[in-house]
Formats: sequence, C-alpha cells, structure tokens
Amino acid sequence: MAAATRFFVRGASPRLSLSSVCAGTQGSVGANLLKLSPSCVSRIKTHRRHAAHFTYQPDPVPTQYGPTQKMNLFQSVTSALDNTLASDPTAVIFGEDVAFGGVFRCTVGLRDKYGKDRVFNTPLCEQGIVGFGIGVAVAGATAIAEIQFADYIFPAFDQIVNEAAKYRYRSGNLFDCGNLTIRAPWGCVGHGSLYHSQSPEAFFAHCPGLKVVIPRGPVQAKGLLLSCISDKNPCIFFEPKILYRAAVEQVPVDAYTIPLSQAEVLQEGSDVTLLAWGTQSVVKTGRLLISHEAPVTGGFAAEISSTVQEECFLNLEAPISRVCGYDTPFPHIFEPFYIPDKWKCLEAIKKMINY
Amino acid sequence: MRNMLSLISSALCRITGRNAGAQTVSELLIDLSEFVNVSSGETQIQRLPPEPPPGSDRAAQLDSEPVDNTAAQVIVSQQFTEFTPEVTFTIKRCELHGLEEGPPDTAVLTRDQGLSFYRTMQTVRRMELKADQLYKQKIIRGFCHLYDGQEACAAGIEAAIERTDHLITAYRAHGFTFTRGVSAKEILAELTGRKGGVAKGKGGSMHMYAPHFYGGNGIVGAQVPLGAGVALACKYQGNNQICVSLYGDGAANQGQLFEAYNMAALWKLPCIFICENNRYGMGTSVERAAASTDYYKRGDFIPGIRVDGMDVLCVREATKYAADHCRSGKGPILMELQTYRYHGHSMSDPGVSYRTREEIQEVRTKNDPISMLKERMLSNNMASAEEFKEMDIEIRKEVEEAAQFAVSDPEPPLDDLCNCVYHNSPPVEVRGTHPWAKLVSVGNS
Repeated sequence: MAAATRFFVRGASPRLSLSSVCAGTQGSVGANLLKLSPSCVSRIKTHRRHAAHFTYQPDPVPTQYGPTQKMNLFQSVTSALDNTLASDPTAVIFGEDVAFGGVFRCTVGLRDKYGKDRVFNTPLCEQGIVGFGIGVAVAGATAIAEIQFADYIFPAFDQIVNEAAKYRYRSGNLFDCGNLTIRAPWGCVGHGSLYHSQSPEAFFAHCPGLKVVIPRGPVQAKGLLLSCISDKNPCIFFEPKILYRAAVEQVPVDAYTIPLSQAEVLQEGSDVTLLAWGTQSVVKTGRLLISHEAPVTGGFAAEISSTVQEECFLNLEAPISRVCGYDTPFPHIFEPFYIPDKWKCLEAIKKMINY
Repeated sequence: MRNMLSLISSALCRITGRNAGAQTVSELLIDLSEFVNVSSGETQIQRLPPEPPPGSDRAAQLDSEPVDNTAAQVIVSQQFTEFTPEVTFTIKRCELHGLEEGPPDTAVLTRDQGLSFYRTMQTVRRMELKADQLYKQKIIRGFCHLYDGQEACAAGIEAAIERTDHLITAYRAHGFTFTRGVSAKEILAELTGRKGGVAKGKGGSMHMYAPHFYGGNGIVGAQVPLGAGVALACKYQGNNQICVSLYGDGAANQGQLFEAYNMAALWKLPCIFICENNRYGMGTSVERAAASTDYYKRGDFIPGIRVDGMDVLCVREATKYAADHCRSGKGPILMELQTYRYHGHSMSDPGVSYRTREEIQEVRTKNDPISMLKERMLSNNMASAEEFKEMDIEIRKEVEEAAQFAVSDPEPPLDDLCNCVYHNSPPVEVRGTHPWAKLVSVGNS
C-alpha cells in the first residue's frame, strides 16, 4: 500500500484492529475524558518561546529486550546504527557531516569504531546523496543516507519518488532498493523558521512504494529504525528534532525491532480517539481527532480522515477533527501561534464532545 | 603618485591610532608632539607602519628625548586638503581561466571612495558583532549566519556595479543587504523579528530583500538558477543591467549550479556567478568536499577569475572587469573570491572544531580587509587616524541605535501570520489549525 505510517493511538478501545482505525470509533460515551498527555505544565511567561510546547512523558522501561541504558533520542539512533554496523558488514552510513558525528550528534563515534570507508561524508548535494544511495542499495549493500534537515530533502524528491519507490515495480521484482533507508530530522523546534521546521511526510505518503516512519520517542526510534533498515522496502525515517535531547528513556542496548505498519495503543479510553505521530499526542473513541504540524490541506490527516469516514461513517458521533498547521510556510516569529499545541487540541476535543 | 609627505603630517599618522586620550585635533597634536615619527615615505610598497618610538607610554615620553631624525616639533595644524586625493595601488594579479587577459593589476583609490569603503565595511562588521551579542542574549533566535571577515566582498562588488544591477546571494546575507541599501536598523529589526524589519519581521536572518536584491536564500545553491533567470530578464528587456549570483564553496557542488551555468552560457546571459570561497562549507574544509578546489574553473566553458577576496580593491577591479564582460554581450563569467569568515558557520557553530584558533587569528592579523584598507590609507596619507576614529565612534553609535530600535520595536501583528501566502484579491480564507478557525490571507499589505 502507500506509505505505512505508524499510528500512535491513545485511549483506543480494545477492539481497535491493528491496521485500521475504524474499530476505535465504536466507543461509548461515558467515562471521564482522559487527561491529556503530555501533562499540562505551566510555562514561564517570559521564556515562552524557549520551552517546547509540551513535556515529554517517557515510556515505561521495556523489559523484553534485555539490559537497558538511559538514552535520549539521538543516542538511541546512534545505538541503532551501531547495532546495524556491527551485525551487517555491508552497511554504510553517509550524508553531510556524519563523520564527526552529525549536526545532531546521531552518528557520534561510529566512524572511529567502524572505519572511514563505512561512515563517510558527502559533499553538499542531496540529489546526489539519495541517487548514490539508491545505487548502493540496488547493488546489494545496506545504505543509510542522512539528509541534514527534512527541509532539504526536496532536491532529492525526484530520486526518491521516481527512482527508489518504483524500482521493484518497474523491474518486475528483478531489482529493488529495499536496502535504502533515508534519515532526516523533522518537525518544528521552536526557532527553526521556514527551512528548519518542515514536516514533509505527506509528500512521500502519496507515493506508493515508500514507507514513511516517524517515532515518538527513543525506545520507539531505535526499534523502528532497525525495522526500517531491515525492511525490504525503501524507508524514510523522520526524527523529530525537538525530541533529540528532550526525550529521555531507558532504551535496550541490544538490537530489537518494532514492527512497521501497525498502530500502537498507548492508553485505553472510551470517549475520544486522538491520533498522531511524532510530537503530537493522541486520544480517541467515537470521535476522532488527528493532529500534525504539517499544513492542514493535503496533510496526512486528510487521508486518515477520509478512510475512517468511509469505513466507519455510522459510528461517528462528530465530524473528524483535524488540528494541524496553517496553510502557510512555517513562520519565524509566529511559530507559537502556528503549532497545533495541546491547547488547540483540547479546544477541539471540547467542541467534539459537545457536538 | 609619489607621496608628498610633509614631516608634520606623517608624524600624525600612527597606524594603531592609539591616542586614547585625545578628544580633539589640537589635543592630538599636543600629544603627538612628544614623539615625532618620520617615515621615509615609500607609498606603494609600504604595508606596515613606521615603528613606534621605543616606549609607547606617553608619560615616559614626556621625559624622553625626541627621535633624532629630523625636525622634532609638530608645528602645522592638520588641514584636510593636505591629504593625498588619490593613490594607485598594486593589487594581486588574478588567476584566469578561459581568458587571455584579466582585470588590471593596479587600482586607483580616491580618498572619498576609501573612506566610503571603510564606512561600509566597518558598519557591516559592527552590525554583525552586534547581532552576535544579541543572539547570545537570546534576543535574536533561529539561525544567524554572520559575515564578518568577508566585508570586502560585499563592499567591492557594490562599488563595481550600478544600483540598478541585480544581486542575489545565499543565507550569509546581512552584508549584502546593507550594501544594497537597507539600513542597519532594518536589518537588526528583521533579525529580532519586529515589524520594522526589512521583511516586516517575517523572514528573519536568511530572508532579507531590497529593490534589485533578491535575498537571502536558505536552501543551498537554490539561488543560482534564480540569478540566471534574473539575468535572462535583463537581457530580454534590453536594459543593460546584469545580475550577480553569489554562492559559497559548499554550494559549488550542487547540481543545479551546473544547470544554471549551462543555460547562462548557452543563451549568453549577463550573469556574474561569484563563489565566495571562505574555505569551509559549514564544518567541512574545501579539500574534503570538492574534487577540484579551483572553483573559478568549475564553469568549464564559462571563463573564470580567481580574486583575493580580502582586498576590497581587488574585488572591485575584478567585478568591474566581469561586469564589462557581461554588458558587452559576451555571456556569463565566473569569479571566485578567496575570503574568510571569523565566526563559525552560524551562531550555533563555535567555529573551532574544524579549524584552529591560530588560523583565525592569523587571518585577523595579516589579512583583515578593514585593517588592510586602513593601513593603506594611513600610510599613504589619504586620511588621518583621527578621522577613522571619529568614523568608528559614529558607526558604533549608529549600530547601537539600530540595536535599540530592533529590541524595542513591536512584533508584527498576528494578522500577518497568513498574509502574503498568495496574491489575493479579494482576500482568501486560510484554513487554520482547526476547522472553526477562520483566518484571512491578504496578498499585498
């Protein structure tokens, strides 16, 4: 199918099926509205723009994957890449400035540990990076390409959409670039402005042949990244840059995978379903609210909304609500007003409940 | 040409201009009468000032004997008409690619233009340092790429082109914004995101614009095909204007540049492609990023010149040559300016993890564009140290006032959030973050 996006559903009813959200709308009204997570923290007024618009809630410690270590998001990415380079002798990591560790420190120490022929810098040429990565992947090596910011991925758009995504299809399964994984920092960060804050997942979701994955925290990030790398389809892994340091959890040291293309129920509940990915929190039932930072028109929420109403029309108690970015370029000075934060989500929930 | 030094006026020129106590010309004269410095007056070759007399402490000088060269007293008051009106300097010869002859290796500098260069470069320098300060105080946020060290490029290019010519550059744009006519006040206000900023506070550091100045572009290399397009418009309209398209050594490896080169050469567009090679593409040195670091040759079929980008006269002469080349219908030309930036890539980059502090210091002491210009003018008696000091004080005041404005001006109104997304008449509704929020976008405000 088209892009498989990871759904993180909080408060889904137990009948939520794994690949669609329609079951989630069969909840009954009754129980108290779930407290929104992340919990509301009062912000210091004068430094409003310096704080993230939420507080990260760490996951409970996973016990099924072996010993864990405290890591933040970029460290969990490094750990995943470390595991990959150790277990897969054909794996190579390349991109702008990855050799010294990367501008977000996701590749720190890897060059020293595995050698400069496996972790190397490319010149400043995104189209070249991805094109080159496709070649590497098609020839049989595991290619992990880094694009420095998701905003810069557009010169490579042609390569990703026209070359990588369609390789298997047009060659009748003779060739494929399943070995390709593209990583890019994604989403707003408080001061990124037009070209360091974009969320381009919708552009790629529209293209059959690709998988688009966005984790919500370090444990998820490592597992999902390892799944992307081992997945036999070209994957784009967007890392929410605001979580690089802000999200800290106990992450398993060994390799583990989290399956792609599956929704995750984060919290049970019965009133409203909230659906999101990356940095937006989620809650649900009978009423669906989808939230993302990208502009609302043509954003991925539109796809989900449309599918849900097709399948569960009669179960809906209120129109599906989308709390997303405005249809403008990502602003510099207006960022606090632009982002769909918890206050807007709360307002939307109130309106839906009272519909 | 030969400098017409009177003993008295040469005595007044000390390169360091370190006459901290002097507030007026007369005080200066009195102070300097303590020691007389006689220069033998070689103009073109002399780059370093005459050695100060032993012991720079003025108090000690009161008792010391005057230097035993010649006449020891300052007797005549400083007249501005005593300055040399113009001097011809030898400048570094440019390396050429695809050209038989290049820009001249001498350059004439008039006193007025010299002072104007100094003022421009010093204002840009102080403005960038003020931006650095404001950034560290978290009054400027986001990304801020500073231009100090590279002032000679902006000043030299502007001197060689007309106001009606066009210019486009990448994100290290504050210097060019200034030389293209925007005041320091508007630049700093744009950095702090206020409505008095040149882009009304909506663009920030990387997106500043002015008439005939197309920014200010965040995506690396994207501005070069745009520049070629502007050049096409100039040719098409037959207005004898040219377009200067700047980019950096990192962008020189982008594919779209080569597409632009091809189109420009094919259609003989009046476009000067200028690579500001400051040796580092963010943290990557040119040797590690480029198979060929001869950026002036990268145009292949487009002729190229390699220019000393720290010497404002060199830049001016080369740009003049290039502009003539374009205007005469010969098509595009490429220039590589070898320059250096003192700050890191941006304010988030300390700038010392990929280069040594010694390297930065070395460039600062030996090759700083502002110091070089000042030395030249002082040692050729084109201006006095006191004039430079006065200018410094004025500029500092101007930048200080600009910073005050930038900090106190109000932010743009919330209505501006959705304005100017499209051209609208009548205003178009912009969908908000939730279905019940109606916002309106107006195209022109």
